[in-house]
Amino acid sequence: MMQIHCPFCGPRDQDEFVYVGNASVVYPPLDAPREVWCDAVFYHDNPRGWVHELWQHVHGCRSFLVIVRHTVTHEIASVRLAHPGEAAAMAATAPATDPAPDAAAAAPAAPTTAASATAEAAGEPPVRVEPAE
Amino acid sequence: MTGYRLRSGGVVDRTQPLRFAWDGTRYTGLAGDTLGSAMMANGIHTVARGFKYHRPRGIMTAGVEETGALVTLGRGARREPNAKAPAVELVEGLEAWGQNAWPSVRFDVGRINDVMGRFFAAGFYYKTFFGITGRGTGEWMLFERLIRAAAGMGRAADPADMRAGAGAGAGAGAGAGAGARTAGETWDLAHDHCDVLVVGAGPAGLAAAEAAAAGGADVLVIEQDFEPGGRLIGRADGVEGQPADTWIADRVAALHRAGARLLTRATAFGLYDANVVGVFQRAPDANGAGPSGTLRIVRPERVILATGGLERPIVCGGNDRPGVLLAGAAERYVARWGVTPGASCLVATADDAAYETAATLAAAGVAVTVADVRIGAGGPAREAAAAAGARIHDGMVPVRVAGRWTAHHAVQAVALGRVADTDPERPKAPDTPAPEAPASSARGGALAGTGIATAAIERWVEADCLALSGGWSPAIHLVCHRGVKPAFDPAQGAFRIAEDACPEGLALAGAADARADTADAVADGRHAGETAAARLAGRPAPRARPGVTAPTAARLYEVRWRDGKTKAFVDPQHDVTADDVRLAAREGYVSVEHMKRYTTLGMATDQGKTGGLVGLALLAEATGRSIPETGITTFRPPYTPVPIAAFAGRARGADWQPERLTPLHDVQAEAGAVFTDAGRWRRAWYHRRPGEGIETAYVREARTVRESVGMVDVSTLGKIDVMGPDAAEFLNRVYVNGFAKLPVGRCRYGVMLRDDGIVLDDGVSWRLAEDRFWMTTTTAEAAKVMHWLEYLIAWRWPELRVHVASSTDQWAGIAVAGPRARSALSRVVAAAAVDGEALPFMGIVETRATVAGGTVPVRIGRVSFSGELAYEVHVPAGWGAAVWQALATAVAAEGGAPYGTEALGALRIEKGHVTVAELDGRTTLADAGLGRMASTKKAFVGRALMAREGLLEESRPQLAHVVPIAATDAAPAGGEPGTQADAGLTTEAVRTRFGGGAILCDPTAPGGVGGRAGHGIGWITGVTESPSFGGWLGIGFVEGGPAAWEGREILVREPTVDGGKGRETRARVLSPHRLDPDGARMRA
Repeated sequence: MMQIHCPFCGPRDQDEFVYVGNASVVYPPLDAPREVWCDAVFYHDNPRGWVHELWQHVHGCRSFLVIVRHTVTHEIASVRLAHPGEAAAMAATAPATDPAPDAAAAAPAAPTTAASATAEAAGEPPVRVEPAE
Repeated sequence: MTGYRLRSGGVVDRTQPLRFAWDGTRYTGLAGDTLGSAMMANGIHTVARGFKYHRPRGIMTAGVEETGALVTLGRGARREPNAKAPAVELVEGLEAWGQNAWPSVRFDVGRINDVMGRFFAAGFYYKTFFGITGRGTGEWMLFERLIRAAAGMGRAADPADMRAGAGAGAGAGAGAGAGARTAGETWDLAHDHCDVLVVGAGPAGLAAAEAAAAGGADVLVIEQDFEPGGRLIGRADGVEGQPADTWIADRVAALHRAGARLLTRATAFGLYDANVVGVFQRAPDANGAGPSGTLRIVRPERVILATGGLERPIVCGGNDRPGVLLAGAAERYVARWGVTPGASCLVATADDAAYETAATLAAAGVAVTVADVRIGAGGPAREAAAAAGARIHDGMVPVRVAGRWTAHHAVQAVALGRVADTDPERPKAPDTPAPEAPASSARGGALAGTGIATAAIERWVEADCLALSGGWSPAIHLVCHRGVKPAFDPAQGAFRIAEDACPEGLALAGAADARADTADAVADGRHAGETAAARLAGRPAPRARPGVTAPTAARLYEVRWRDGKTKAFVDPQHDVTADDVRLAAREGYVSVEHMKRYTTLGMATDQGKTGGLVGLALLAEATGRSIPETGITTFRPPYTPVPIAAFAGRARGADWQPERLTPLHDVQAEAGAVFTDAGRWRRAWYHRRPGEGIETAYVREARTVRESVGMVDVSTLGKIDVMGPDAAEFLNRVYVNGFAKLPVGRCRYGVMLRDDGIVLDDGVSWRLAEDRFWMTTTTAEAAKVMHWLEYLIAWRWPELRVHVASSTDQWAGIAVAGPRARSALSRVVAAAAVDGEALPFMGIVETRATVAGGTVPVRIGRVSFSGELAYEVHVPAGWGAAVWQALATAVAAEGGAPYGTEALGALRIEKGHVTVAELDGRTTLADAGLGRMASTKKAFVGRALMAREGLLEESRPQLAHVVPIAATDAAPAGGEPGTQADAGLTTEAVRTRFGGGAILCDPTAPGGVGGRAGHGIGWITGVTESPSFGGWLGIGFVEGGPAAWEGREILVREPTVDGGKGRETRARVLSPHRLDPDGARMRA
């Protein structure tokens, strides 16, 4: 059972969140051709290792979050607000000296070395992917 | 002779008797007893019956690994089957019952199965019940029912009693939490946190916890027993220079002082990702008041698993008789509970530890004989046992156990034999040297090879109790839950976790990592605790891990009788014998996972904690492989069974899914409305008049709307405020039709698609201002649409300056519909505000309504779901009831009446409007008859993929009316609206009804079914008695739609639940847009 560090609400149980989708997908413009939309909607990678996912803190602040998660260990390397404007506002209002333990949540960080403790956890470190559009 | 209480000894309180009942007979135990020790003290030796053969079974262990003594606790709603008697804390008034036996475990007619035993070998269901008469599956289905009736262990709590408990609970405990008492029980869920979680409060666990707490860590200790101390409890020998009980008390006191928590009666049943630990804690008193248990989800920084070891049996013929138990268990009964399992005991061992059993039993006055497969082994423990009076036979193994006929076949004598290591028939494991004679060193030595011996009977030893020890296996289950593969340690004859395989933050300590010796375990525990505290503080481990005393066990899993066959049980709980394992291997089930499933070895409630490894060893031997080559089955949570109710916790009934009541609930209830469930909502189903049932009421209500005026609660519609300079652009992208140019003061029906081009939802959006819309959604999809809009803003189009906010609960909504709707409304709001000019079709107005005591603000839109002249009146929730009452008076004055969801459904079916029943996640715009709504001038979500080939086929199921033939004949298509069948339904009408979910078939197709996939040509989504058309009316989907089928005859089939043919009704397909197709009424 995962614990997700919501940038607004702090560490919360997975039960408060819903998985929304693959955050690595780049959605095309609405008037893009059907084939391009087919790729975006139906043809996704299903990697073993680090993935970028979109979640919503649906029973909390309702923020959409980009979470870098390991599909084998469920380790979460980083959590950040999906809406760039919200993320910027959050960064601007956060006290610069605040040593909050989840300060790293604002930007994706490299996974901790703990992940590689088990053989199965070894994999690519998370790739930074910015949201589409 | 059977078990009895010793005059002294044990940590039971001899001054505090506890009464309990076994199969209705009263007995007395002592405070500190388990049910198992109390039964043994009372000489109850047959406590259960085997699963398949119904052989008598006694107590075989002293803990949760119990394989024999399964009992049922309590009765009625609180009945708990398959409790393991040695793991049940004795409490005053405990009731326990024998199970899997009729009439009782003392005399069980099912014992006949033992005589028929050869028919019940591994996989007998599959072999026996297929193909006897060549009927295949059908035959299996027949036999399966009989097998199911005979199978199973125990009976679950009685549902009838649980329902009775629900009634009592609801009555007694009004208010919050009452729902959670539905079964007469409450279960709690807790989220817990700590620095260091120590699982197990035995020697290693207590030492680890004390060291970690001393290092400044916040420590939580989990112990499944009701007392801390593990196998040290009641032991005579000392630990670190202290008597064992003093040592335990000192450690517990130190933990208390350091602020550490010790939870007893708590089992860490699962270890999950990120080292989350699932803990189930039982209440102290199984029959008492208060919560029955608590499920804790613990998130520790570090975990120390001091889960101890599990003793292995030595499998031999008759090893399931009452009186056969594990050696360590025999010792615990004497040392902890002052109970001996018998007056004379044969201890058969391959390990030094059993000499402690021999010494303890001999010191308690039991006549003890030891048979040790090794020669001259045992060290000081052997000397102590001999000094206490035990006779020792070296190089001997138990071959057969003989029972007495007069006492449920309980142990009477044990045949001993000498190991015939040179047996030429014995297969050799390829990776091990040829078996050699047992080493005769002082410490014994590993019996090389397979661990399976063949022996002839050399002598018989009389004993009423047989204590077996095949060595100890580390309890590694929890760490394996993390996906770690254990490795076979030949020196231990057991699987272990390699140190570098342990996930970060996790450590094994003590016997859980093969440090079975008490001093080793304590030292290892201290080291684990110090290391955990140091790592938390960011420091390296302070010192190297202490070493381990060399193992003493010879490898001995099974003794086979050279000269005959007897049943030798590997898994007594599931009645799996050694021969079953070999049979499975012969039949090709050579994978350990296949063998497990074929024989069901280790699949009972004990999950093979004691015999599982023995089963692997037997399979390895039978297939000529080594144990590592054979592998081990996967350990999965839970370690011991956890009640499903504990996972539900208090989230049951209304505490699980809250009931949603509209602001107009009470005012309708007071007027006699009958309610129904609509998702989580309770909605007015119909407004009952004296003498009416639902069938007559909804038809009357729907007719009232068509003829005069009705009003209905629509507060459940999802309502979303859409605000910002880009609100219009946002909706223009969300909906398939245009919203950018919708003028302020008007509203528009819109449909939105998912990315894949399938309809998501529909609704009406009101433009309140240039930068402000008010969206309504369907009741069913309100939450989904809200989530969707939030998602689009956050992720797809963050550049749009728009926000959304749910306002569903802030508003009460009332739809007023019918030819007299305007007249009725004009009695409550200024007539000028709602006349045809001020409020045209799809117009909106914000005005005030006159209610008792003043006026309140209302938001009115001229929106029609029924197809009549209609208004949606929305009012801030708090004033909803007042406006409802004012409108009810006005509607009644116009000859109208309130209506409910059933009439709402009838009206929309007649009009051909879609709901969630049609927009079910498979429907395209065209399927729903809305194809022309899609704009060709702008882009919108789903536009690209709605044009996929498969979604454009004309043969797709499309919306249609379906009318029984009799009804069509009575009221042909396009007939006068208002033609009605008699309110009292004729016999003919009843015969020509069909229900929602019915399948539409083409009677001209081969087989009379038809359709693109041969499964029919469509289905029914809604039905009603139709006041407008007369008779029965269905709405649904037909392949090709009315264009292909209009006027043609089809067959409506309603398959029965059990697969029968069911009812058939002849029907015709018609256009769904027959009621006022030009919209003259709603535009009036």
